[in-house]
Amino acid sequence: MNWLRQLFSRRRMYGELSEEIREHLEEKTDELVAGGMSKEEATHAARKAFGNVSLAEENARDVWRWVSIENFFADVRYGLRMLRRNPAFTAVGLLTIAIGIGANAAVFSVVNSVLLKPLNYPKPQELVALHQTAPGAAGLADFRNGLLLSPSMYITYAEQNRTFQSLGVWLPGTANVTGLAEPEQVRAINVSDGVLQALDVAPALGRWFSQADQIPNGPERLMLSYGYWQRRFGGDPSVVGRNVLVDSRTREVIGVMPQGFRFLDADFDLIVPLAFDRGKLILAGFGYHGIARVKPGVSIAEVNADMTRMLPIWMDSWSNGPATNPHIYETWKITPAIRPLKQEVLGNVSEVLWVVMATIGLVMMIACANVTNLLLVRVESRQQELAVRAALGGGWARIARGLLVESVLLGLMGGVLGVVLAYAGVRILVAPGPANLPRLSEISIDARTLGFALCLSVLSGLLFGLIPALKYAGPRTTLALRSAGRSSVSRERHRARNLLVVSQMAIAVVLMVSAGLMIRTFQALRTVDPGFTGAPHLQLMRIAIPDSLVAQPERVTRIQNAIVDKLGTIPGVKSAGFASEMPMEGFDSDWDAVYAQDKTYSDDEIPPLRLFKHISPGFLQTAGTRVIAGRELTWTEVYGRRPVAMVSENLAREMWGSPSAAVGKRLREFPSTPWYEVIGVVQDVRENGVQEKAPEIVYWSSWLGDLHDPGYAFRTMTFAIRSDRAGTQGFLNEMRQAVWSVNSNLPLASVRTMQEVYDKSVARTSFTLVMLAIAGAMAMALGTIGIYGVISYTVSQRRREIGIRLALGAQRGDVLQMVLKQGARTALVGVAIGIAIALGLTELMRSLLFGVSAQDPMTFAAVAALLIAVALLASYIPARRAMLVDPVVVLRYE
Amino acid sequence: MKKIAKRDLFPGALEMMILQTLRRQPSHGYALVQDIKRTSRDLLQIEEGSLYPALQRLLKEGLVKAEWGVSSTNRRVRIYKLTAAGAKHLELEVSSFERMLEGITHVLAPGES
Repeated sequence: MNWLRQLFSRRRMYGELSEEIREHLEEKTDELVAGGMSKEEATHAARKAFGNVSLAEENARDVWRWVSIENFFADVRYGLRMLRRNPAFTAVGLLTIAIGIGANAAVFSVVNSVLLKPLNYPKPQELVALHQTAPGAAGLADFRNGLLLSPSMYITYAEQNRTFQSLGVWLPGTANVTGLAEPEQVRAINVSDGVLQALDVAPALGRWFSQADQIPNGPERLMLSYGYWQRRFGGDPSVVGRNVLVDSRTREVIGVMPQGFRFLDADFDLIVPLAFDRGKLILAGFGYHGIARVKPGVSIAEVNADMTRMLPIWMDSWSNGPATNPHIYETWKITPAIRPLKQEVLGNVSEVLWVVMATIGLVMMIACANVTNLLLVRVESRQQELAVRAALGGGWARIARGLLVESVLLGLMGGVLGVVLAYAGVRILVAPGPANLPRLSEISIDARTLGFALCLSVLSGLLFGLIPALKYAGPRTTLALRSAGRSSVSRERHRARNLLVVSQMAIAVVLMVSAGLMIRTFQALRTVDPGFTGAPHLQLMRIAIPDSLVAQPERVTRIQNAIVDKLGTIPGVKSAGFASEMPMEGFDSDWDAVYAQDKTYSDDEIPPLRLFKHISPGFLQTAGTRVIAGRELTWTEVYGRRPVAMVSENLAREMWGSPSAAVGKRLREFPSTPWYEVIGVVQDVRENGVQEKAPEIVYWSSWLGDLHDPGYAFRTMTFAIRSDRAGTQGFLNEMRQAVWSVNSNLPLASVRTMQEVYDKSVARTSFTLVMLAIAGAMAMALGTIGIYGVISYTVSQRRREIGIRLALGAQRGDVLQMVLKQGARTALVGVAIGIAIALGLTELMRSLLFGVSAQDPMTFAAVAALLIAVALLASYIPARRAMLVDPVVVLRYE
Repeated sequence: MKKIAKRDLFPGALEMMILQTLRRQPSHGYALVQDIKRTSRDLLQIEEGSLYPALQRLLKEGLVKAEWGVSSTNRRVRIYKLTAAGAKHLELEVSSFERMLEGITHVLAPGES
């Protein structure tokens, strides 16, 4: 046991070594004394014969050490001591790095979770969205989803393809569930056979739909989401086989999807099967989203080719009814444009995220430059120490390593703090649901983000340690030693720091210009007339009346009318109305071609597609949408089912030249329907968002059809109520009472104000704006600190020179000017370089801009002026100090 | 520059001499130095201190072992002993050294080639 302890206890071993050496020296001394030498002489001689005692001891100890590692730890200990000894420097440096790394890690975690991680399905690379375009179909470009699939198209693709494992179509929607608690409108996904098979996520309970569940008029089935199962059935496993009243129709629960399963990016409550009646299908009906899993190894191009091959088969197999030409769709030039499902889920958010990531990266660079500058100043003040170390035989590599270890330590400590900040940052970032960010629920700080933060810490530590290490650990140290005590600073040394400040300024210009462009974009958006007014005072809600609850279309219309009337009696309500959707709500819209009576069309021509909206009398007035010519619809016309319609201003101009000319003209959707008279022209409405051009719209009544049959009533409507009380809880309760006094089985869904809808539609812009503004502000602050630091440092270094100048008769104003000029010169160079870079880089964010050019001279000029002003201000403080230098004091001090 | 101070011996020579001395009899550091100096007839300049790093190296490699004991002059000293591995190592070193020496002698000897 004793020897073991000896072996492992180095401290003891070292003690023994010292003892041994001491004994050695004593023995020798004793011997020499015995030989007749004096004690003093003997000690001296013994030491001389022995050589350097501590070196020998050190070398002997080294035998037991892992030298490089232990030297490294010594460097670390030394670095920590240096950091501790300069708490102010360390605090500033740490904070700068922590904020930089924290912001970068937070944004990276979003980029990673949203853009980089694969979708949460088995073999997600095989999943595609069946996107199609139709360049020949005029007007289609106004619709968000390209050309969706018709049921007949789906059947053709599903049966004739050679490249898919499984394929299906789906449709988002809502359903009213009654009989469980209060009537509730829930989120439903309608899916055809093949959709769940393509996604390939096994149910947690029960089974998927099979073909047998999708026969028209067959047994009605239903699947639940995990969340809905927990919420409404308390996670009861016996739910499979139970009946649920969905849209007043009994459906049997056959399965529950597992926890965490999301349909593309949607949370949902129910999955309801689509049941197409083959016998009744026609070519048209392009309203379904297609999704498929391709066979392994099949490329996108092959799938596109396969679908192109099937399009003629589709046209040959179906028709739009007797005496129609099925090949009329050839004029549409339908082109498959399959997308990976991930791209479909992400939409256009990736641009925003990459721009934000790049921006934050630039901020990090400025932060690094600042810390480098701090380090340079500090190393400069430590020159004596470094020179002494070098003179005493510390190799310059070792000194450089020491400096690097110190800066990397700083980086790592900043990184740890930064990760803490990032945890908070991600919460803040994600809380408001920015930019309608997809996959929001998946965002978290995972191993990859931590790895990113670690790499960033080490890299930035190396980066800002490298410049001082290269500059000061070099072989010129003897020079420094010789000039010790003198504070003359070579021009060359300033060059590095000026370079840093110039690059900080340049990056700050880039960031602030980007932020400025976003501000201008936001301003431009605000000046756009969206086609409605007073959004905060416009209360919205959505009500669906299923045909199983109320069968007759006329009853539906009367109930809707009664709801509007009842809402109108609530105190504080100015008016109320309803429409198939509000602008920017983002529901899949209804559209078709429209024929004008006074135009002629050839047989194989489909006129441009127009957006259709179905509105109630009073809706336009409620929404604040102006009627430019003619008048609004009346209830008499609705109940009389008068063939009347309204059109948007741009449609009126396109078809008839002017709004007033359009009134009294006639148009129709199908050759079989009567002509509809245009009774009014409505101002253009930015249906697809403020940035998007206003589509051409035809406004119809909500109850259509011939007077002599029941016709067709639109059952899911957004109700709009104009009131100053919009959005308050009391108002909501009164709204609910009003609706339930008409029919107590009607749930209220999507209750919100128009302002919320508007904010959501500009969320991408405002998110980018906020992020860039934060980055721009940080850049400006860091850049200002940088320029202030450099100027005040040079001033402190030049005190002697300034003192001499003043003694020789220079005016104090001249000194002030001299220092200011230096600051201005640095700022000007930085700003000029920054503008050159920004001119190129802002091009990359063009798609995020609106109403402003990527090279907007106003923004560029404003940013340049602001930065130069701030730089002058930052140099003014040290310049004043320089001006107040007392030559007597300085010169005497020297 | 300063780390490898002017050394008159080639690397490993000191170790070899220590092992050889210890083969004759176990010894403590000071006696070891005196022994080597004496046997080399003071021809070799050995800094006494350099003995200790060498001893530590040998200890670490297991070529010698050390035990605290009392010297003939009644001092508490660490006495080093050759181990079996040390003896074997010494043999190898000596034979390779002799080969080297022979080679060098051939080269340096005038006339022969």
